[in-house]
Amino acid sequence: MPILNKPIIFDRNNFGNGFEKGIKGRPIDIVLEIRESGLKGRGGAGFPTGTKWMLAATAVSPKKYVICNADEGEPGTFKDRLLLTEYTDELLQGMILCGYAIGAKEGYIYLRGEYEYMLSHINGVINKFHEEGKLGKGIFGKNFDFDISVRLGSGAYVCGEESALIESLEGHRGEPRNRPPYPVNTGYMGYPTVVNNVETLVSVPIIINKGAEWFRNIGTEKSRGTKLLSISGDVERPGIYEVPFGTKIIDMLEMVRAKDTKAVQIGGASGICIPEEELHRNLSFEDVPTGGSIIVFNKSRDMLKILKNFMEFFTEESCGQCTPCRVGNKKLLDGVNMIEQGKCSVKYLRELIDLGRTMQVSSKCGLGQSSPNPFITIMTHFGDEILAEHY
Amino acid sequence: MTDSSFSTRIPTAQQSIKIDKGSAHEIGGLVDIEINGKQFQVPFGTYILDACKQFDFHIPTLCYHDDLCIAGVCRVCVVEVEGMRTLQSACTYPITNSIKIKTTSEKVRKSRRHIIDLLLSDHYGECYSCVRNNNCELQSLAKEHGVDFYRFGHVQNPHYEVDNSSYSVVRDMNKCVLCRRCVRTCIDLQEVGCLEALNRGYETKITTFMDKPLAEVICINCGQCINRCPTGALRANDPSDAIWDAIDNPKKHVVIQTAPSPRAAIGEEFGLAPGRSLTRELNTALRMIGFDRVFDTNFTADLTIMEEGTELLLRLKSALVDKDPNVKLPQFTSCSPGWVKFIEHFYPDYLDYLSTAKSPQQMFGAVLKTFYAQETGVDPADIVTVAVMPCSAKKFECNRPEMNDSGFKDVDYGLTTRELAQMIKEAGINLPDLPKTGFDEPFGEASGAGLIFGATGGVMEAALRTAYELVTGREVPFENLNITPCRGMDGVKEASIKLENVKPEWSFLEGIDLKFMIAHGTANAKIVMDRLVAGELNDVHFIEIMGCPGGCIGGGGQPIPTSSEIRAARAKAIYDEDAGLPLRKSHENQHVNYLYQKFLTEGPCSHLSHKLLHTHYTKRGSYIA
Ligand SMILES: Cc1cc2nc3c(=O)[nH]c(=O)nc-3n(C[C@H](O)[C@H](O)[C@H](O)COP(=O)(O)O)c2cc1C
Ligand code: SF4
Repeated sequence: MPILNKPIIFDRNNFGNGFEKGIKGRPIDIVLEIRESGLKGRGGAGFPTGTKWMLAATAVSPKKYVICNADEGEPGTFKDRLLLTEYTDELLQGMILCGYAIGAKEGYIYLRGEYEYMLSHINGVINKFHEEGKLGKGIFGKNFDFDISVRLGSGAYVCGEESALIESLEGHRGEPRNRPPYPVNTGYMGYPTVVNNVETLVSVPIIINKGAEWFRNIGTEKSRGTKLLSISGDVERPGIYEVPFGTKIIDMLEMVRAKDTKAVQIGGASGICIPEEELHRNLSFEDVPTGGSIIVFNKSRDMLKILKNFMEFFTEESCGQCTPCRVGNKKLLDGVNMIEQGKCSVKYLRELIDLGRTMQVSSKCGLGQSSPNPFITIMTHFGDEILAEHY
Repeated sequence: MTDSSFSTRIPTAQQSIKIDKGSAHEIGGLVDIEINGKQFQVPFGTYILDACKQFDFHIPTLCYHDDLCIAGVCRVCVVEVEGMRTLQSACTYPITNSIKIKTTSEKVRKSRRHIIDLLLSDHYGECYSCVRNNNCELQSLAKEHGVDFYRFGHVQNPHYEVDNSSYSVVRDMNKCVLCRRCVRTCIDLQEVGCLEALNRGYETKITTFMDKPLAEVICINCGQCINRCPTGALRANDPSDAIWDAIDNPKKHVVIQTAPSPRAAIGEEFGLAPGRSLTRELNTALRMIGFDRVFDTNFTADLTIMEEGTELLLRLKSALVDKDPNVKLPQFTSCSPGWVKFIEHFYPDYLDYLSTAKSPQQMFGAVLKTFYAQETGVDPADIVTVAVMPCSAKKFECNRPEMNDSGFKDVDYGLTTRELAQMIKEAGINLPDLPKTGFDEPFGEASGAGLIFGATGGVMEAALRTAYELVTGREVPFENLNITPCRGMDGVKEASIKLENVKPEWSFLEGIDLKFMIAHGTANAKIVMDRLVAGELNDVHFIEIMGCPGGCIGGGGQPIPTSSEIRAARAKAIYDEDAGLPLRKSHENQHVNYLYQKFLTEGPCSHLSHKLLHTHYTKRGSYIA
């Protein structure tokens, strides 16, 4: 079983009776507390959770839905896996609190296909909640009904994107939708839907228990609280760590005993590559944002190989819907192959970086918009090294 | 938006979830916007693309099509919205607050150019060897954006085999740019759903159920996807080489029938604005090309009315007089082969509701190789029958194994409007300039009732003009015989006409409200069929269904592009032509009466007419053919 090294807010003692307290109070107070806490989505995009909930809570609709995004598909992340198995109760509590806050009666956990082995465990906890009166009709004696079921994904990375996830839940091909309208307005089955990451939802009972003020005191001005990191690569102590936002990358590396670090890929394949010179930067929405994936490379690594691996990933995992992402990623991959064979002119390389910028602004969803990140950052920081090696 | 709107098979990603403009209007009223520094006001919820069109800012598009739900996948229409990190696709973005839009900034131009370069890098083929040369949206985009080299390379070899399996539609996926218009057309407009995207990422392709050839799946051959394909990836199966061969062969007697819809649209292929029929110019052109005789399909449209109308009256009699519980009412029209294949696939248990009358095209073929051969003394083995149709499904229809009742293949070739235009151009003829000539005997001039078959509601109107008069002895009670409830582009129309003071032989119809319905496009056909299945149409007597939106004038063989305005203009051309004809009722067509006197002497729905002019249908699967 994975363990959480050095918990801060995710310390078990911090959950207290946040769940009960929330449900016994007014729905709007939960929304206000979450908004006050400054909690931002932990799934990568960092949208303020309180604002999302407020939009859903104020939407007038006969039905609303809560969806927990447990698709955890970003290469290099495995922190939701821990939460799903070790903090299952707390996750369900977070979802129920969300349902109560926004006026939803149903919730879904969209579970990554590879996590099928957790299914019986999660369903067991759901059953236990039913027996304890925490799910079902009249929760805590309130006029509040809520139910949760688990749905399995089928291994497409893009289905972690919230609107593709909803398509997939509806039984369609997992392709991102046009936005606006956003899921909080027109989501699952056309109804207002809150989609939140596992970590975001698990934070909720903590915030309700300890209060927004307590939470705000951790982290930085625009990034309150802590972040769970999945750290892998050339380090002595890989694993899952919790750090306050604002932690310097170099301090994080110290913590996991990284040696001879050449570069750190932050935010997974769709994140950015930080070279040695920039290790003093910090992890926060202000500086280097991350959904939690940290991959460390030491000086023995060939950056072009790493890049090739990422580009192969995107060429395959693009949903194939829109031109810049579908064809663009292939062109970037072809470019990497050309460099490998010493056949890419500097002019064409510049053209490809330019293409990457087009993909960032013109792709339909976050996948295409972030897929050129590694190409652009690795080529910017390691271009000379790569060209020297391959020409 | 409710659950039920998702019960269709339209993938939601391919739908635009439209903001309801009516109610939105109440909330926000008008919104101030700025486009390229100029101020405008638009109703809350207007799409950026529509706003730009309204104020004459050109925005290039590719996956967008007026007839279809919005996809937002090609990204060619991206614009800059001030304050947003990314560009926005103009076709998908509803304006709900005051925004500033830039349509030609550097970022926009660069992105569009890159996107077009990417599309071209993945599009195999050379423009000069493509049916869509000079009428290709990708080609136009490349020209508009000054593409003069392949920035990101170009496909050197085809990756896909061309699918020639269907009599009607040819798929060349090497030219596909994945705009998904065909997918949306097939699912959304036609409710067929035989095309869908498969695989992910760069491997994505449009394909059929289990990747089977088109001929083996539930394609209804309507060709609506062809009309909306921006490139040459979809085209009709072109028989013109074989037709040229027949013309060049002195032993062959090559005759051609022309349907009204191609005549109303073919001018578009020669640069005319939509809405001008070139019926008689076309006769001249066909003779110049070398056809031995030129006939009017409307002749058999009139014949269809006689057969199908008689069939309806007989069914009514069985139901009302003989109280036969097995008689199937309402009777459905059967002249649209796309619709016929649709019902064969999706409602195979309801085939008995279809009229057994063949379509005008097929009736003509059967008459040509029997009666006409007899009259003229030409050996039917030497007669080659060509039909100019607005339709790709007609190609499949003429190849149905049951369509050999004359002892020969009744109709040898179905030729689309587009293909005929190509033959005429190849012969160096500028069609609109030609003198007018008439049709050949022994079928001569037909009625306006046959003519209006081309527009949705036309068959019903023609049938009513005849049936009402037959039963009551009076003309239909509409000014100038224009039965207006049959006209217009509503998806499903419903009306009735009261039969009073009927002739003695029709006394069982006295006082009956003859209820009829009209639907066009198979999505609307599905609405009607689902109501039939639910038992809601027990009091309806006659239903006209056309497989294509707008009816035949919007057929899959018609000139490209298509839009509701273009279809309306073509329909108007047909109705105007009808209004100007001396003969406007099928039963007054003297050539049809002559045929019944000389050949089908036992009259409509008799033994011989059943053999030659009626057919039967085949139950088909709902996944594969
Ligand atoms: C390609 C792509 C993959 C994503 N994968 C995940 C994922 O696996 N898990 C997740 O929580 N969010 C993922 N997201 C982010 C979601 O779209 C969404 O922003 C998030 O679930 C919202 O929850 P939050 O506000 O709690 O972060 C992904 C986004 C994109 C564009
Ligand atoms: S950016 Fe990529 S993943 Fe997103 S919609 Fe476009 S093709 Fe699909």
